[in-house]
Amino acid sequence: MKATPRVEDDKKAKVPNDISSFRVWRKRLVEAANKHRSWTIVISMAIGSVLLYFWAAFPPFSFVQSQNTWISGFVNAGVFILLALGLNIVVGFAGLLDLGYAAFFAFGAYLYAFGASPFTHLHLPFLVLLLGGAAVAAVFGIALGAPTLRLRGDYLAIVTLGFGEIVPIVFLNAEKYTQGTNGIGGVDRPNIFGFVFPGIDQTAYYVLMSMVVTIVLILVYRLLDSRIGRAWAAIREDELAAAANGINTVTTKLAAFALGATTAGFAGVLNASKLTIVDPTQFLFTVSFTVLAMIVLGGMGNPLGVAVGAFILYNIQAVLLKQLNAVFDNLNVPVLQDIDFVKFQFLLFGIALVLFMMFRPEGLIPSQRRRQELHSADAESSEDLALIAPEAGEVAL
Amino acid sequence: MTAVAAPATVSTVRQRPPWAIPAIAIGLVVSYFFILTFFLGLDARTHDHASEIAVQQVANALSIGAIYALIALGYTMVYGIIELINFAHGDVFMMGAFLAVLFTGSGIGPFPGILHLSGPVTDVVPLLLYMAATLAVVMPITGLLNMTIERVFYRPFRNASRLAPLITAVGVSFILQNVALVLFGSGDRGAPQIFPIAWRIELLGASIPVLNFVILIIALGLMFVLQTFIRRTRLGRAMRATALDQQASKLMGVDVNQTIALTFLIGGALAGAAGTVWGFSFGFVRQDLGFNAGLKSFTSAVLGGIGNITGAVLGGFVIGFIENFAASLGLTRWAEFSVFVALTLVLVFRPAGILGQQVGERA
Repeated sequence: MKATPRVEDDKKAKVPNDISSFRVWRKRLVEAANKHRSWTIVISMAIGSVLLYFWAAFPPFSFVQSQNTWISGFVNAGVFILLALGLNIVVGFAGLLDLGYAAFFAFGAYLYAFGASPFTHLHLPFLVLLLGGAAVAAVFGIALGAPTLRLRGDYLAIVTLGFGEIVPIVFLNAEKYTQGTNGIGGVDRPNIFGFVFPGIDQTAYYVLMSMVVTIVLILVYRLLDSRIGRAWAAIREDELAAAANGINTVTTKLAAFALGATTAGFAGVLNASKLTIVDPTQFLFTVSFTVLAMIVLGGMGNPLGVAVGAFILYNIQAVLLKQLNAVFDNLNVPVLQDIDFVKFQFLLFGIALVLFMMFRPEGLIPSQRRRQELHSADAESSEDLALIAPEAGEVAL
Repeated sequence: MTAVAAPATVSTVRQRPPWAIPAIAIGLVVSYFFILTFFLGLDARTHDHASEIAVQQVANALSIGAIYALIALGYTMVYGIIELINFAHGDVFMMGAFLAVLFTGSGIGPFPGILHLSGPVTDVVPLLLYMAATLAVVMPITGLLNMTIERVFYRPFRNASRLAPLITAVGVSFILQNVALVLFGSGDRGAPQIFPIAWRIELLGASIPVLNFVILIIALGLMFVLQTFIRRTRLGRAMRATALDQQASKLMGVDVNQTIALTFLIGGALAGAAGTVWGFSFGFVRQDLGFNAGLKSFTSAVLGGIGNITGAVLGGFVIGFIENFAASLGLTRWAEFSVFVALTLVLVFRPAGILGQQVGERA
């Protein structure tokens, strides 16, 4: 850091004044943003949300679909942003691969459906259920994590994969309590202090979602820089060394797991209250996979990157692929008009995931530390090094 | 970090007497039979025919268990040698099932079939020829597919961080599944059941399809060949050495890359055999077949002690029993749930599996 100002000084001497003052201002802005990050998040989320909201009414947005459809889509994207931010705590911060993340999403959604629907004749307050859904998801996260997090890292991947597969099956089979495939319909729309969210105009959802995403972003960034955030990084980079330095690896990993599940619980409640129906097909493996692809594309470990990745990928999935169909149909392009691009969605996600993992594992907007980790591993992989010092290859593992 | 002993893939030291494994296997089958008879006896609907139904179900459990065991071998060998959960393995099995259908049947969608068989072939000699030909066609293709996957997607990560290859493997699995979805469409696709289901053997009062025995024989035969290959040949020894210590085997002149490729080739071929047999047995294939079968087979591998070949086979049969037990008691829908519960319980109480050795956390 100390070297930077001198470089600035050198440049200041050479370049004209107006550009240098621009640089100085930019630098000040970046410094201020780093210093007051929570406020930066609040302000930029506010500006971003307002801009998106009104832009959706003007071209080129308005050519594609109506403003309300866009807003509704942004709310859905918000659900995925929450999921991605939560999974990022588990995969990106703590380095644990959770392949059944949709299960926790399901717990939040079903809790809301049980707490506020004609099916159970309960109509509990929305905010209570929002916290309740998160809490239930966290409890299940701990219940699943406690026995398995003691084990080798890759067992966790398969246990969570199984868990994610089983949870929808249980909700599907326990027909008496969940109405099986039909799902629980007619779920209440949010009611916050007497204000019931309207169904057609999605603005209220949009505002709520922007607020929740803002809060979660702030919390996640604060977690990243906290003591536990550093403990996660240590575990991710070298679990044995972390343990040797006095980190309780099991509880730290469990905390990551529980916090990730909590975020999914929030997302589940919000999603259920928006769709007003909850059924097992909303929580299949494809959801877990999509969220994983989002964080890999966005930049594992970097909340901003992950949120942007989720937003982009959701819109590719929900808008772009459908539009491609419409465009090629209208233009009567010979081969392309017969292709249903939506069908290729998950194939494309899979290919994108693999390509990113192979060629740009740090994602579109990388986290600095993560990038160094991923690339230092490459440097050590040369065969000569491995042969001369067998330990060198092991360190990276 | 400390080089923790690799999971003894193919244990070089045999601590058990040679009759231990057959004894365990027979013990398992017999005890499963009695447990099942007991529980079926409790139910009024099945009370009168408990033992006949139990014989029938044991035979079913053995044939599905054999399929899981064949797939589990691929998981366990790959995990033993490069410590990677090859998530795509279940989908290689699914591809094998589709290839077998394409070869024997009259095609799926735009893809033409080759043999154009549709129903049972009742002459023994042509039937055996057809079955052998299907296996001979499918196994090399799935083996090569699995080897290509390793070469293209996993080899670049050989020394990379732990998470990267795992995520890539999940991605590859998803790609295969969706390639199948795009090529063959979703939903069940009929598979020609060329083996006559009507052929049955009377055993202990129950009539059991000959097919069940054939599947068991094919599976056990392949396992025997595999075991002999690993124990007796030079390449097999290279595999064992690589699994124990890659660096040291490299220094001893083992071509590690070639050995790992060979492991994937064998694993893929066995998955292809399992896929072929699946089609004969169940009469349908589906693009998401690999996901569930893969999960169960991996559970089998963990149950038997990951990295341990005999363990994977035993685990496959145990998973077959567990699944069959739920189904026999009329809880078919909860079969997968029970398998998953079994996985979690094993991981909690005996993470090393039935035959595995305790393996420390790798750094």
